[in-house]
Amino acid sequence: MGREVEIKICMGTGGLAAGGRAVMNAFAEGLKAEGIDAKVSENCSIHQVGCRGFCARDVLVDVIIDGKRTTYQYIKPEMVEQIIKNHIIGGEVVQDWTVKEDYQAFHDKQVKVVLADCGEVDPEDIDSYISRRGYEALQKVFREMTPEKVINTIEASGLRGRGGAGFPTGVKWDFARRNPGDVKYIICNADEGDPGAFMDRSVIEGNPHSVIEGMIIGAYAIGAHHGYVYIRAEYPLAVERLKIALEQARQRGFLGRDILGSGFDFDIKIKLGAGAFVCGEETALIASIEGKRGMPRPKPPFPAQKGLWGKPTVINNVETLANVPAIIRNGALWFAKFGTEKSKGTKVFALTGKVNNTGLIEVPMGISLREIIYDIGGGIEGGRKLKAVQTGGPSGGCIPAEYIDISVDYESLARMGSIVGSGGMVVMDETDCMVNIAKYFLEFTQAESCGKCVPCRIGTKRLLEILSRITDGRGRPGDIDLLVTLSEDVKAGSLCGLGQTAPNPVLSTIKYFRDEYEAHIHEKRCPAGVCKNLLTYTIIEEFCKGCTMCARVCPAGAIVGEKKQPHHIVQEICIKCGACFETCKFKAIKKG
Amino acid sequence: MNTLMIDGKYIEVPEGTTILEAARRAGIYIPTLCDDPRLEPYGACRLCLVQVKGMPRPVTSCTTPATDGMEVQTSNEQIERIRKTIVELLLSDHPNDCMVCEKAGDCTLQELAYFYNLRENRFWGERRQYTRKDANPFIERDMEKCVLCGKCVRVCEEVQGVAAIDIAYRGFQAKVCPPFERDLDCEFCGQCVSVCPTGALIGKQSLGKGRQKDIKRVDTVCPYCGCGCNITLHVSRNEVIRVTSEPDTLNEGWLCVKGRFGFRFVNSPDRLKTPLIRRNGRFEEATWTEALGYIASNLKRIKKQYGADAIAGLSSARCTNEENYLFQKFMRAVIGTNNVDHCARY
Repeated sequence: MGREVEIKICMGTGGLAAGGRAVMNAFAEGLKAEGIDAKVSENCSIHQVGCRGFCARDVLVDVIIDGKRTTYQYIKPEMVEQIIKNHIIGGEVVQDWTVKEDYQAFHDKQVKVVLADCGEVDPEDIDSYISRRGYEALQKVFREMTPEKVINTIEASGLRGRGGAGFPTGVKWDFARRNPGDVKYIICNADEGDPGAFMDRSVIEGNPHSVIEGMIIGAYAIGAHHGYVYIRAEYPLAVERLKIALEQARQRGFLGRDILGSGFDFDIKIKLGAGAFVCGEETALIASIEGKRGMPRPKPPFPAQKGLWGKPTVINNVETLANVPAIIRNGALWFAKFGTEKSKGTKVFALTGKVNNTGLIEVPMGISLREIIYDIGGGIEGGRKLKAVQTGGPSGGCIPAEYIDISVDYESLARMGSIVGSGGMVVMDETDCMVNIAKYFLEFTQAESCGKCVPCRIGTKRLLEILSRITDGRGRPGDIDLLVTLSEDVKAGSLCGLGQTAPNPVLSTIKYFRDEYEAHIHEKRCPAGVCKNLLTYTIIEEFCKGCTMCARVCPAGAIVGEKKQPHHIVQEICIKCGACFETCKFKAIKKG
Repeated sequence: MNTLMIDGKYIEVPEGTTILEAARRAGIYIPTLCDDPRLEPYGACRLCLVQVKGMPRPVTSCTTPATDGMEVQTSNEQIERIRKTIVELLLSDHPNDCMVCEKAGDCTLQELAYFYNLRENRFWGERRQYTRKDANPFIERDMEKCVLCGKCVRVCEEVQGVAAIDIAYRGFQAKVCPPFERDLDCEFCGQCVSVCPTGALIGKQSLGKGRQKDIKRVDTVCPYCGCGCNITLHVSRNEVIRVTSEPDTLNEGWLCVKGRFGFRFVNSPDRLKTPLIRRNGRFEEATWTEALGYIASNLKRIKKQYGADAIAGLSSARCTNEENYLFQKFMRAVIGTNNVDHCARY
């Protein structure tokens, strides 16, 4: 008996960027050159798989021999030959290159529902999905469930919208079902736009059929025969894999007329978004599909009443839909087992910032921030001190380190002045300036405002200008109060979710880090040492050896001094780039 | 019918009425910049926010339908604070040159600034700056004064069916303009000018001729066609400087390019003020009695000498249907010929 050898190579956007394609080719050529099928195996296969989350370690490669899995990290094409020779042929694992305990720790506290098959299935092969119970939920729905029963199941599971607002999915479906009309639509919102967020992209790249299956079930539940996936054109790989998946689903009869002999017709079109953040807002998204300028309109009427082309429409986020097949397969109670009383199931987060293990994680709702940062994230980079966690991207807020034990769920984060949002999670340490963080997010939201309503169009602009002058050292007494009042008015007065949440980063940083704002305004000092205009670099004479390194790297020629004599920085010329600070081996340069 | 309560007052309105419309019917003022009852609700200026009992946040009264049993508060501390902030924000991105602005005295933004007594502004910063460049003879666009209420865009598409302009760019840079920022090249009906709440859109022919306080308003009927649109002439120093139309007229305030902008002939020295009779190869001024007598005697003479069919009548599209009817009747019954035609056929 030959052995069964399976090689899985991470080929999400992260994997590809790290050279996944070259690694895959190296395996294919290496195995061919060794005539591996004849030598060791009757069945050796190489699969591309989607992102498994730990993008920092790409390219990740699983070598599975007779079910025994070894995971290699940081693999480059030139390392492949040795893996083939030593491990696949010789049976000797290349220990130096395998993942260590921290890789396990990264996964230990995660619970994977949405991402369960990402990194396992080949996203371009429907059979790979089917072999892992794919489309089983759909068959179950057609076999034994009425639309009402589907909706009841989703309601009972407690699934809430994963796009950010957390509206109960079953209730949304029920609205759309009850609204009269023979033409209805279901739209999958894949216009993921938060900076640093890549949850939805990874799901579509890694397991597109789970989203398609969820959509078909949703369409059946509300009585829609047409669906759209509104996806950003900036996600070319996701678009490509989605197209392949849709075509394969059509060929197998999961899409089209009379699906699986049920008499139910449904098909899905892809609509590419042109990269406007506001088009993630459902009414703007609908306008965009209709070929209009992507601008939101006031609600009511809600899309479930009057949506696309004026017809009842349900819009669900990618992750929400990807949960649906698992809920139908395993039952509402199984899903409701995860999470807290009001926030059920799991949530995918893009963990970034100053943690050791950055990547895509899926955790049960109710997990603490501490577990995410220290157990999954492996703690703060360089052992520095945690300062805050930013959740919910530009619509969210900052949670300070002292609240690190709060539970991550819709209600708890909202109480803290933040949101779960679509799943961005940025970890910040003592080297992050909170005023600057607020400014960063406002730069984004003010540029992405559609410009329709006054509070958002001019209000976010003025907020950004006030923040900019504070970080530039031109802050004035009263600016903090002005920021707070303007933020509150923008939140209460804006038309859509963009403006209603854009001030959150400002309000939450002022709430928890007011002292940093005050230091900027009154003392013209940036405590984290980030805001350039408020920095001065000076040379501590007793530490300076006169090695001249600093003078040589200074791009402005601001450092003067004789060789072997203490140097001096001419403040008028210094551009505060920090090159000297990073170069000095004697810690003779003081920043502050 | 739905009965709702606005500021403690019970009001009965038909299904589909918005809160704003209901309040107006009850004589309750709600400020707004982007609302026009003749256009689709837009909800952009956010000035008409009201608090509806049971709703978590203020809602725009221009877009929210009045429902039975609804309790509405059109003003409270938070709402007034937001309204004031909105006006301040608008003024922080506005030339604020009311002293020389054509629209002064007829400007909603100016009114709001007055209403909220905004002598100072808490907000300042970058202001949009654009070069004015339209070469057309009718519409002056000063987009620095634009508040993005979207009325011009909506009237152009919804009423005129032209869609010559739309909003381009995002956020603070958002701007109403023709495609690719080319010069305005449309029908120049001027509907956009008529709905603009600020001085962003002005009729070029009126520039520098006098503002609201300087004018006498004369209601009349447009002479250009049989539609008979009601127009209001704005007269300053015995000169027609502008034509507008009120929303409560049969034409709902809408006019075409001729009615709105074709008024300069009134002041032309070449304009005919009396009938002219050609005598000895020259036109001479005559009275109406003289002229009509001349026409009647000649018609009689020609008919007697050459027969009725030697006479033909050509009527005008500037006459009403009734006048055109009478004209053909006159030709057939009085003159006795079917030789009657109308300029619209050519």
